[in-house]
Amino acid sequence: MSGYAVELKGVSFSYDGDTVLRDISMRVEKGDFLAIIGPNGGGKSTLLKLMMGILEPERGEVRLFGKEPGRNGASIGYVPQETGHNLDFPITVMDVVLMGVLHKRNIFRRYDAALRTKAKEALKRVKMDSLSGRKISELSGGERQRVLIARALCGDPDILMLDEPTASIDFSGQWEIFELLEELNRKMTVIVVSHDMSMVMGFAKHAAYVNRSVVMHTIDAHTRYQIKRQLGGHEGHYCGAEFWRDMGKKIECNEECRHA
Amino acid sequence: MLEALEMPFFLHALTAGVLIAAAIGLIGPLTMANRMTFMSGGIAHATYGGVGAAIFFGFSVLAGAAAAAIVAAAIISFIAYRYAHRADTAIGIVWAVGMAAGVIFSDLAPGYNVDLMSFLFGSILAVNVTDLWIMAAFDLIALAVVWFYYYDFTALSFDPVFAKLQGVKTQFLHFLLLGLVAMTVVLSMRLVGLIMVIALLTMPSFSSERFANSLGRMMLLSIALSIIYIITGLFLAYMYDLSSGASVIIVAAFGTIALLLIESMKIKGFSR
Ligand SMILES: Nc1ncnc2c1ncn2[C@@H]1O[C@H](COP(=O)(O)OP(=O)(O)OP(=O)(O)O)[C@@H](O)[C@H]1O
Ligand SMILES: [Mg+2]
Repeated sequence: MSGYAVELKGVSFSYDGDTVLRDISMRVEKGDFLAIIGPNGGGKSTLLKLMMGILEPERGEVRLFGKEPGRNGASIGYVPQETGHNLDFPITVMDVVLMGVLHKRNIFRRYDAALRTKAKEALKRVKMDSLSGRKISELSGGERQRVLIARALCGDPDILMLDEPTASIDFSGQWEIFELLEELNRKMTVIVVSHDMSMVMGFAKHAAYVNRSVVMHTIDAHTRYQIKRQLGGHEGHYCGAEFWRDMGKKIECNEECRHA
Repeated sequence: MLEALEMPFFLHALTAGVLIAAAIGLIGPLTMANRMTFMSGGIAHATYGGVGAAIFFGFSVLAGAAAAAIVAAAIISFIAYRYAHRADTAIGIVWAVGMAAGVIFSDLAPGYNVDLMSFLFGSILAVNVTDLWIMAAFDLIALAVVWFYYYDFTALSFDPVFAKLQGVKTQFLHFLLLGLVAMTVVLSMRLVGLIMVIALLTMPSFSSERFANSLGRMMLLSIALSIIYIITGLFLAYMYDLSSGASVIIVAAFGTIALLLIESMKIKGFSR
């Protein structure tokens, strides 16, 4: 088996003839913490869905832990960008989180007590355990995203794929969630789409800039440490100008980047 | 009004009403949550093709309707998966072609002694004891299927992409659900009619969604509302000699609007 969590070779994808991603080749090592960045409509969500096998590439091939995604039994913790699902549907927070262990139900297709305990623990990690009986439609946007993160965590996944998981979460909440991801990253690969550059620079090991094509950057440990310290020191407000100045200095640009 | 209860045919209609309400209350919430209302309409209208064929060739109307409904469900389920972006067009075609076939078969049928209108709009005279047993058996099957796949259906309804990622057989469940819709349509046909049944699948679900916090409770509420609407509608149909389907639908519409008003007043009351 190869040592890569995700491998894309010459992957192209289009919706109804509109090419969204063209000839992408990239590798994500096991244990990596990869941030996917880029403009709206650049193809970030599409790329993530290709990696999970929700979408099939038009050309090229995708490997997840060395096998075709969708039929390799790898457990994926997916946090979708909040648009797709049916918010009016009557379902409690607890039942949403339990969806993360659907594949572990007993022979009557029911959840055992152990699975319910797991779901409660996952809710505790995102500080949502007090609302477990609430209807999902009665939560705020940020609370709902926390619940979706708990759902992704509770299945003990091999890889976490999060599509803008902190888009409507307040600063200290973002900080906490990225710290949680960093902790989880010791045991699993983490891929996260984010527009929040300060979080990306403070926590991710690599960043993939996606806009039809993909350009990979490495974020070195020193940069991460410094940015994280600055983030903490600025009490939740990292000055934009300062940030871009630092970033210009500190991103280590690789081959592809220089040619782009 | 109470003398109606001494008429055997009316007792049959009432019993059928309760049995149908159970199926409609179980299946309706799932069709609404999975945005299958238009698909259900397509199945219901295509079923008329089976009714016409049965009358023309002289076999059991129930069998003809069931065969047509299941075929329509299979076609629609297939199209909805393979050609998602053109599904509504294709469903519209199944809808109209099925209906047209039914009309032509019945035009060509020798003699004209069957009351075809009753298949479209329902009749309180049409239910016999055999129908009741078939309905009861189907209720049990539907209950068993919904119980067994309860969390799969919940996941499918809330977030189908995630459900599929978790190994839920979403395409199979989609077809299974449309198959249940098909059978519900066929069994409701005599009492409420093919054209009215779609509205009865949606209205109780629409109200109960707001008051329930789980799929199971939404189903229980929908069953209760369906029973109230159908029984009230049947009494009105008896008293004023109306098409039963139409009177059930009008009662349901009043009930749905009343519940909506109650709910909006409740929200205002809280915010004050
Ligand atoms: N289901 C779809 N059908 C057709 N086109 C789509 C579909 N989903 C996305 N697109 C198009 O594909 C392109 C890439 O979309 P994608 O969702 O991957 O972007 P993104 O990088 O995630 O953007 P954002 O930052 O807004 O989330 C966009 O131009 C979008 O309009
Ligand atoms: Mg996106």
